[in-house]
Amino acid sequence: MNTSDIGLWGVPLAILGGAVRVSTPFLYVSLGEVLTERSGRINLGLEGTLVFGAMAAYAVAFHSGSAWAGVAAAALCGAGFGLLHGLICSLPRVNDIAIGIALMLLGTGLAFFYGTPYVQPVAPHLPAIPFGNWSNVPQVQAALRVNVLFIAGIALALLMAWALRATRIGLMLRVVGDSTDAARAMGLRPNRIRALATAAGGAFAGVGGAYLSLFYPGSWSEGISSGQGLMAVALVIFARWSPINCFWAALLFGGAGALGPALQSVGITQGYYLFYAAPYVLTLGVLIATSSPTQATAGAPGELSITK
Amino acid sequence: MADQAVVMAPRARGRDWRAPLARRAEGIVIPIGASAVGLAFFGLILLAMGKSPVEFYQLVFKAGFGTAFSWQNTLSRATPLLFAGLCVALPARLGLVVIGGEGAICLGGTAAAALGVALGHAPSVIGLPLMAAAGALAGAVWIGAVGALRHWRGVNETISSLLMAYIGIALMNQLVEGPLRDPASLNKPSTAPLPPALRVGDIPGMDVHWGLIVALVACVLCWVLMERTTIGFAARIAGDNVRAAQVQGLPVGRLILGFTALGGAFAGIAGFFEVTAVQGAANASLAAGYGYTGILIAFLARQNPLAVIPVALLLAGFEASSGLVQRHMDLPDATILVLKAVVFVVILVSDTLYGRFRIFTPSRWSQP
Repeated sequence: MNTSDIGLWGVPLAILGGAVRVSTPFLYVSLGEVLTERSGRINLGLEGTLVFGAMAAYAVAFHSGSAWAGVAAAALCGAGFGLLHGLICSLPRVNDIAIGIALMLLGTGLAFFYGTPYVQPVAPHLPAIPFGNWSNVPQVQAALRVNVLFIAGIALALLMAWALRATRIGLMLRVVGDSTDAARAMGLRPNRIRALATAAGGAFAGVGGAYLSLFYPGSWSEGISSGQGLMAVALVIFARWSPINCFWAALLFGGAGALGPALQSVGITQGYYLFYAAPYVLTLGVLIATSSPTQATAGAPGELSITK
Repeated sequence: MADQAVVMAPRARGRDWRAPLARRAEGIVIPIGASAVGLAFFGLILLAMGKSPVEFYQLVFKAGFGTAFSWQNTLSRATPLLFAGLCVALPARLGLVVIGGEGAICLGGTAAAALGVALGHAPSVIGLPLMAAAGALAGAVWIGAVGALRHWRGVNETISSLLMAYIGIALMNQLVEGPLRDPASLNKPSTAPLPPALRVGDIPGMDVHWGLIVALVACVLCWVLMERTTIGFAARIAGDNVRAAQVQGLPVGRLILGFTALGGAFAGIAGFFEVTAVQGAANASLAAGYGYTGILIAFLARQNPLAVIPVALLLAGFEASSGLVQRHMDLPDATILVLKAVVFVVILVSDTLYGRFRIFTPSRWSQP
């Protein structure tokens, strides 16, 4: 079968494949942000964590020859950034939103600073599972080459949904996020729990970065992230702080991100930059639709500064 | 008598002349101290790489502020930073963290360039003010929309402004590579070059364009607006406590809309000067990161428009020296970016120190 035979059918197929490919970093960053925000803090710095994670993963994978060592390094660096955010925000009178912006700049700055030598070399990639081998259409095969991290991300979302609902740790996290006073009355230490939740969230975002540099697009460059980390924060509001909804929202955003390249692949190049902006417009539209000036958003943790 | 004692109490304590200065000194000493700590932290990063921090800072000083030539270089870079700092500082006094100045700079520049090309051979006296107004309007609409969304829809302004920045940059790229593109610009898609009459010239005797004077005047006027008018007073009340402002009947919505639009207008004018005085046309060079540096400037200046001036000059000096220092010491391009981020983090951490030092509390200086 010839590649051009499926014609315009290539567009929805490329969007589907692209949605799976592009959504993985969204999924990890938004799951990390759900964990952080459920504890009552907001970490806007995950964009920087994502970029630094991408750089660290690529560098470690290049030197060690193992892509999984790269993923572990990215998670570790992400946890470091998260812990830094969590500890700084434990100080009185420090603004968590502003700290997030500063750490966003610090993460990207450090990634560019240490990442210059890794722009050229080629690091090993993460493995993908070819679910499309039953078909002999190359586009179908390409669309269904699913990365292991995507499947692990689905598992993580299910695990988080269960843990938040049914475990002791999940309950502690929710109490701290909904009322600092209630948490103190229960004998919990809100600042410590928030710092740990932010660190774990940072680790997830780091893994999302590893996916960027080790699978798709699959190389390290300074333009590797185009605000995915920030859009994921907005996506969490859209997903109403539910890990399962995060998965669907990530797929939707991934599809929007794949729109431009998919149209380009069938020869539609008019308005490339406008299609490129589609995920941002979608994020903004979703924010406008889901925010309310008079009441806190349904499902929002009570201590979250962003919805107060 | 008990009554008398109450009345007499304040006078009897007799305030030292240093008492009113203590609070103001706190807002100067802590940011300067925090910046010094940030610079020291960055020195440690350099040491870890085996580079000399002393050499680094000496080179930055020499290349940014050491000679008359380096001062001109610094001043010529200060204009967009001053405007970008105002774009963050003005809404911040209302408690809004708006970080999307980059998009307003790009669209302001594009609007000014498009109008300039359309005006053709209009004289400077008519053309330039119209172009400046177009740039300011584009920026005001862009950031004002963020304020409107915040007030009427409750959309978080930090996230929406950054999204608007991405959208604004994409819109500029689309316009510059599409309908507004000059066919002659092959390697770097640009709008058609502006006629000489519609270019902003240099201040006589200097290699610095007029934008600097306009930016400095804008900073002073903004300080007057914030500190010496009822509008600024109302804005500061709304920034400290929205509920209190609403109870007082202050027009919070109009204040938010007005100050975000004003900040955006300044960012748009930054784009206007970049196009008419530096680039001569609108192109992707407008997205040079001025908007993001503006965030750091506003926080370093503690949202005070007058303090924006020295801070913006300092950062302009850092940027002017960055190319030379990085080449000379064989450091990566992102060195100055890391330096800025480290200082930014330390400055924000220093917020926790306010009110902790007794030397800065007015009562410390009141005699018993």
